[in-house]
Amino acid sequence: MSQSKPAGMFDARILGPAFRGAFKKLDPRVLAKNPVMFVVAVVSVLCTVLFLKDLVTGAEGLGFSFQIILWLWFTLLFANFAEAVAEGRGKAQAASLRQTRTDASAKLLAGTDATQWRDVPGESLKVGDIVLVEAGDIIPSDGEVVEGVASVNEAAITGESAPVIRESGGDRSAVTGGTQVLSDWIKVRISAAAGSTFIDRMIALVEGAERQKTPNEIALNVLLAGLTLIFVMATATIPAFASYAGGHVPVIVLVALFVTLIPTTIGALVSAIGIAGMDRLVRFNVLAMSGRAVEAAGDVDTLLLDKTGTITLGNRQATEFRPVRGVTEQELADAAQLASLADETPEGRSIVVLAKEKYGIRARDMQSLGATFVPFTAQSRMSGVDFDGTAIRKGAVDAVLKHVDLAGAAGVSPKVSTEKKREIQFIADGIAKAGGTPLAVVRNGQLLGVVYLKDIVKGGIRERFAELRQMGIRTVMITGDNPMTAAAIAAEAGVDDFLAEATPENKLDLIRQEQAKGKLVAMCGDGTNDAPALAQADVGVAMNTGTVAAREAGNMVDLDSDPTKLIEIVGIGKQLLMTRGSLTTFSIANDVAKYFAIVPAMFVTLYPGLEALNIMGLTSPQSAILSAIIFNALIIVALIPLALKGVTYRAIGANALLRRNLFIYGLGGLVVPFIGIKLIDVIISAVGLV
Amino acid sequence: MITAILFVLMVVGGTALLSWPLGRYMKWAMDPAAPSAGLAGNKTRAFQLVAGPLARQEQNWKSYVFAMLMFNIVMFTVIYLIQTFQGALPFNPDGMGTVSPDLMFNTAASFTTNTNLQHYSGESTYSYFTQLGGIMWLQFVSAATGIAALTALARGLAGRGLGNFFVDLQRASFLVLLPVALVYATALVLGGLPMTFEGSAIATTLEGVQQTIARGPVAAFVTIKQLGTNGGGFFGPNSTHPLENPTFWTNVIQMTALIIIPMACVWMFARIVGRIKHGFVIFAVMLAFVLIKVSGSVAFETAPTQAFTDLAITQDVGNLEGKELRFGANGGPLWAVLTTATSNGSVGSMHDSLNPMTGLMPMVGMWLNESFGGVGVGMINMFLYIVVAVFVAGMMIGRTPEYLGWRIEAKEVKLSLFALLAHGAMILVGTAIFAATPWGADTLNNIGPHGFSEILYEFTSSAANNGSGFEGLGDNTVPWNIATGLVMLFARFIPIILPLAIVGSLAAKRRASESSGTLSVEGGVFATMLAVTVIVVGALTFFPAATLGPIAEHFMFMN
Repeated sequence: MSQSKPAGMFDARILGPAFRGAFKKLDPRVLAKNPVMFVVAVVSVLCTVLFLKDLVTGAEGLGFSFQIILWLWFTLLFANFAEAVAEGRGKAQAASLRQTRTDASAKLLAGTDATQWRDVPGESLKVGDIVLVEAGDIIPSDGEVVEGVASVNEAAITGESAPVIRESGGDRSAVTGGTQVLSDWIKVRISAAAGSTFIDRMIALVEGAERQKTPNEIALNVLLAGLTLIFVMATATIPAFASYAGGHVPVIVLVALFVTLIPTTIGALVSAIGIAGMDRLVRFNVLAMSGRAVEAAGDVDTLLLDKTGTITLGNRQATEFRPVRGVTEQELADAAQLASLADETPEGRSIVVLAKEKYGIRARDMQSLGATFVPFTAQSRMSGVDFDGTAIRKGAVDAVLKHVDLAGAAGVSPKVSTEKKREIQFIADGIAKAGGTPLAVVRNGQLLGVVYLKDIVKGGIRERFAELRQMGIRTVMITGDNPMTAAAIAAEAGVDDFLAEATPENKLDLIRQEQAKGKLVAMCGDGTNDAPALAQADVGVAMNTGTVAAREAGNMVDLDSDPTKLIEIVGIGKQLLMTRGSLTTFSIANDVAKYFAIVPAMFVTLYPGLEALNIMGLTSPQSAILSAIIFNALIIVALIPLALKGVTYRAIGANALLRRNLFIYGLGGLVVPFIGIKLIDVIISAVGLV
Repeated sequence: MITAILFVLMVVGGTALLSWPLGRYMKWAMDPAAPSAGLAGNKTRAFQLVAGPLARQEQNWKSYVFAMLMFNIVMFTVIYLIQTFQGALPFNPDGMGTVSPDLMFNTAASFTTNTNLQHYSGESTYSYFTQLGGIMWLQFVSAATGIAALTALARGLAGRGLGNFFVDLQRASFLVLLPVALVYATALVLGGLPMTFEGSAIATTLEGVQQTIARGPVAAFVTIKQLGTNGGGFFGPNSTHPLENPTFWTNVIQMTALIIIPMACVWMFARIVGRIKHGFVIFAVMLAFVLIKVSGSVAFETAPTQAFTDLAITQDVGNLEGKELRFGANGGPLWAVLTTATSNGSVGSMHDSLNPMTGLMPMVGMWLNESFGGVGVGMINMFLYIVVAVFVAGMMIGRTPEYLGWRIEAKEVKLSLFALLAHGAMILVGTAIFAATPWGADTLNNIGPHGFSEILYEFTSSAANNGSGFEGLGDNTVPWNIATGLVMLFARFIPIILPLAIVGSLAAKRRASESSGTLSVEGGVFATMLAVTVIVVGALTFFPAATLGPIAEHFMFMN
């Protein structure tokens, strides 16, 4: 989706509908959702009615009133426009997603074992139905592969055109409705009814149709409504004060003061900020199931990161051969290479390459050797080759030791001395302590030595963790390695803590412990056994390649299945709140200048001495009031790009961040309107609007 | 100029230093680490034995508030009855009689709420029994109510139970107010204040005329008046009266008494929540506001009063109208700022006679009502601003806002803003009604902006539970007595109940741990944020009113 040319912020495709949207959103039912703008709408209508009445009776000063009222309506339209622009991008994405939701027909099977299918319309499928999907078919709805393996094109949701493999069992069994099977066939058990599939949810999310206010947004709206009430009181009492002084203040002037004082800037932009925050995630190919999850992401204190793929490159690489006494490195390398010739795992290949590069041992051909490959099994935890009566095995040290013991006991090969075993164990421990994985090699029951497989820590990851620490976020590495290996890698990568020999259970325990300490935890996972932990975590990012269970348990789905993204997700969550906070500060700080523009203008006829408060030197009371209301409306438009783009987030620590934002948006909010109002005053006076 | 600075430093700085050990002591007294141990523990047990089961149970926020309200209703009723029957009660050597019901309502509200707004002159309206048995007793327990409420708030924020109102009340009365009052009263008697139960003295003046000089147990009364941020004087002219405040030194002592407990309350709060550095931030913000107001008022008061404008005289010793010259030229404005900063309301000069902009400073103090503020409640008011500041600042660092690990969400924001809104509404709406109707306009002594200031000041003083008057206002009328009486009652209890409700709401949440990624409430950045919030949310609301009152008067007459 993001790859397919995202619509720019001010693309004509978005601006056009947004202009229309700005007017459509004048509907009172829509306005009522935003307390500040609703109040603006009410006073605008009121003033318009009063104006029309005055027009009929022919009162004086109508030109001035007309201009104020015009700008009141502009204020409203600008706010609606901001929201419409924010929604526009999501709408464009939703439209392209909708195209994928063609009404495919489905091949419904009577049961898992059935071979006969009948054609039914896709939307008639129920949860639990089994369908057959063959090459070229569109998968009719979300489901889980129960039989078969197929390559699937998921470009519709990920934008990635390379096909992915989906197969029954394991962690790659989930399929998404709307994606297409390219080769082979699969039987799929439907897990989502029509209308509630993953793509349906995506459409709803990006479109903002079901957008619910998040807890922080609700609280902000309460603050804004409260401030509005305070200013209702501050302005509604003015007529009585003025009557004491023997004068009166025109309603239109009171309204102008009121509308400029209430936090219209943030009020106008608050929903745009929320929509844009979700949108940023979507463009990042992450789907948040709720806005609440996005906010929670900003609050994360502890990140659980899987070692493999996130902290280290996925593959371990052979870096060294460490033979036992009496065996040369050459000999060990030779045996190790033979054992790995048919091993297609990255580790196996790296052994072949290392032997060739370091010792000049060329890779031999299995066929010409007449060798048979002994594959890795969960029971033996070893792999190797047999040829010419020679058996070479390589595997985890304890597995290999067990193997030689058994072989020795059975008399297949000579017994191995305890001393040799101890030596192997010693070498292996050394490697594990350094963060490597030892792989023992044995030939015909004779221990040759150990291959040092090293985890390669990703470049730049250390700096990322340092950044996270600055942000006050603790990183915990999750790995199946033993504690020694884990400690070494943790030290090298610079994580704060690690969980070694991780199981789904102790992962869940770790999350609970962290939460009991008052921390918010984020993690990502893909397997079914990750589901409990994903559900327990405050922010659980499921990989799109994962199982249905994992995707249901998490509150975000990463379409690219890239666990590193967790770090960016935290940044996006923080940016959302920061944008709200900064613009609120800006909006409230603006009030100082507005007071100084309008209050003297309002009272100067009562007490001429108050001209001294006109510190901006505005031309006339009317130009002062008009300038303030024009500034108030235009600042909304000026800030739309910032609201959509978000305030820049920097990992510099909370205190430095507050200082920076308080300086920019607090002090800026104090100074900018003084300049802006003065400037507008000069212009409108020159043009002769007042 | 130098003497002015030294004088302010001596009074404000000296008291600030003294407040530190007092805050430590108050933490010990109000929230002992081992509540049942030692002398204080025995006393608490004895109290609980006497007071019964009410004083034994741990209260949640609702029952704590309920207990406080019940106690206050009883206090209100008792003082009302004492006034009604003072003619028949003992200690009435001057034969004081009946008082009008609306004045009795106003006085009862005034003293129950720790306001001490006086629409009467004490020495000519009330008997010694009413003054000591009714009013002075209330001056103790109403102040103790404030300290108790703050203690409960702090305990809640520390993640503990709120405690028991009655236990806290007796601790605040017997362990805090009474001992401190004893020290101060002794100093004041030594300074020359009368302390007697005899009736008025009859003296023959030099002109040979008989003069009645009112006197009484003044020292005891004045001490708690100052310490408990009460402010109700024994004599009508309050601490400008030569028998209530005879010398420069009694004046200094009384000024330190004005602010010492409100200052110490900040330290007590910080110690109970376990965040001394946070206490420094709050203290610094409050102190900054006090110093700004003091500087402003001293500076504006260097100009002679407006009566000199058209005279061909050079007057360069500042505005001396309404001042007691025995206190020195700066005593008046300094006292005016301190007494309004702390919701005290006693006066050391006539506020009505201050220059217009000088008169604005006390009003600003009461509008904010937290730059130290009333005993206990000043810190509670600041808590409301802290919630708002934390909410905005928390968002600015990209997290759901947290205060001391507690998440600030819609409910907390709503309650805080409502309390802040109520304060503004009572002042502005009250002023609007009285300014536009004969209720206010007919009672004025002055016309134009100054008259407006008088009305504004009266409502401000009531809503801030301050009790000082701009005077020049004929305020012993039925509308004034009832309106200000109601304002005092609401203004007292809303800002106590709502913060406790906030704590009740927080207690139901999971407390988050703090790290370098969470908002720090301990540095200069947060102090700035807090100060800005106070100014923008608190003070600016009153800008239009201020413009029509003191500011208009200043530009009309002082230029």
